[in-house]
Amino acid sequence: MIINHPLLGPRDSEEFVYLGSTDLINRPDWESGTAAEDFHQYQYIRENVAGDNPELWYHEQGDQSWLVVTRNTLTHEIKSVELAADYARRMGRSK
Amino acid sequence: MSKVRYSAFKVLKEALSGHKGWEPVWRDAEPKTEGYDVIIVGGGGHGLATAYYLAKNHGITNVAVLERGWIGSGNVGRNTTIIRSNYLLPGNEPFYELSMQLWENLEQDINYNAMVSQRGIMNLIHSDAQRDAFVRRANSMLFADAGAEYLNQDDIKDRYPFLDVKNARFPIKGALSQPRGGTVRHDAVAWGYARAASNLGVDIIQNCEVKGFNIDNGVCSGVKTTKGDIKAGRVAVCVAGSSGRVMAQAGIKLPIESHVLQAFVTEGLKPVMDNVITFGAGHFYCSQSDKGGLVFGGDIDAYNTYAQRGNLPVVEDVCSGGMAIMPMIGRARLLRSWGGIMDMSMDGSPFIDKTEINELYFNGGWCYGGFKATPASGYCYAHLLATGEYHEVASAFRLDRFRRGAMIDEKGVGPQPNLH
Repeated sequence: MIINHPLLGPRDSEEFVYLGSTDLINRPDWESGTAAEDFHQYQYIRENVAGDNPELWYHEQGDQSWLVVTRNTLTHEIKSVELAADYARRMGRSK
Repeated sequence: MSKVRYSAFKVLKEALSGHKGWEPVWRDAEPKTEGYDVIIVGGGGHGLATAYYLAKNHGITNVAVLERGWIGSGNVGRNTTIIRSNYLLPGNEPFYELSMQLWENLEQDINYNAMVSQRGIMNLIHSDAQRDAFVRRANSMLFADAGAEYLNQDDIKDRYPFLDVKNARFPIKGALSQPRGGTVRHDAVAWGYARAASNLGVDIIQNCEVKGFNIDNGVCSGVKTTKGDIKAGRVAVCVAGSSGRVMAQAGIKLPIESHVLQAFVTEGLKPVMDNVITFGAGHFYCSQSDKGGLVFGGDIDAYNTYAQRGNLPVVEDVCSGGMAIMPMIGRARLLRSWGGIMDMSMDGSPFIDKTEINELYFNGGWCYGGFKATPASGYCYAHLLATGEYHEVASAFRLDRFRRGAMIDEKGVGPQPNLH
């Protein structure tokens, strides 16, 4: 697979390390009353999407940026690539 | 219903009488309008084994196995056919040893030639630390009566001269061997269990995709399928590879990610290896099929996917693993490669459990260890379905084990499914 890095252009997916779906950005609040259950959901339970899946890829063999790659899990087609920081801000986070 | 009993005498008799006495191996059925005591969703090895043991061990024969495509079209026909019971942890080892014992008697039990070949499996050791770890595992295996042997470098060199024992980076210092391990003809497992279950009265319904579950007040009473609604006392999902998609229809999320695992076979060669050999410093395992092809595999592709095909970087990675221990493989041409979808669980171990919905059961999360587990998975799942109790060797395979901190993490890599 070729990942179109927003800063570096087309790169081989071998340069990246895959982490998982972007749900992993939303780490639960450890001070919440439901923290134990929230962390169980966050750490262990997966949506496991069949279709377009926004996911976190780390450019370890490159500029070490975190990217959000929206990829179809049925076809391996990559729909969009953006910096994870941009994605997180768009989702209403500060970083 | 086929009552033909397979034997050498029968083959001889049919050979002399024009092969007119053979019957279809299993009975193709349509759904009964009155429903079933148990519906098994998924006609793979595990589903068919479950149906067989429900009928044989528990006398529950009003059972249907629903299969979206044709039986055995999923992972039971896509694996590298290896059987073994060389696990470390108490939650796993007795289960896989039960499976090995069932393999040993399978063909007599179901009267079907599954070509069970206990040719032995040899896990290579490349460092002193790994020797310690494998000796510890061997002790765990001995506790479970699985049998284990330690081989030193000279034993290996004499028996397998093609192994690169003096490799500068990954010297082979010894091996953990399980002589009872081996290979089985994988398709025959699906067909054999299908035949044996069908003979006991189980309905095998192919081209019947489950599109939803009928659930009222937290009780599952049947399934919606492409052949209409079918009523059931109990519904047993057994669709490893598609678990996420099927269970989502019941509103249940799982501690599972779907990943693709590739397997490979070379052109046919003269006999060179009489056992299964695994690389200890990378991920590579290999055996030689009866047709002569070297059958091998390695790591998963490491990103979520439902596509039954992988990408080239893993092909390179697996083949370089092979080259590191047996450079002769570089002279063989790769004939075919294929992929299957794995339920990768959060600790690398499977699930055989009830769910939060009454009368809906779940079996999955087999990572890439499902084939060897086929008989015990069916045996223990049938036990759970028939009695409502967990079989003693499968009692650790619970969906809530992460909440309880009771992971069964053989590799010790934590909740990162693509590393198991």
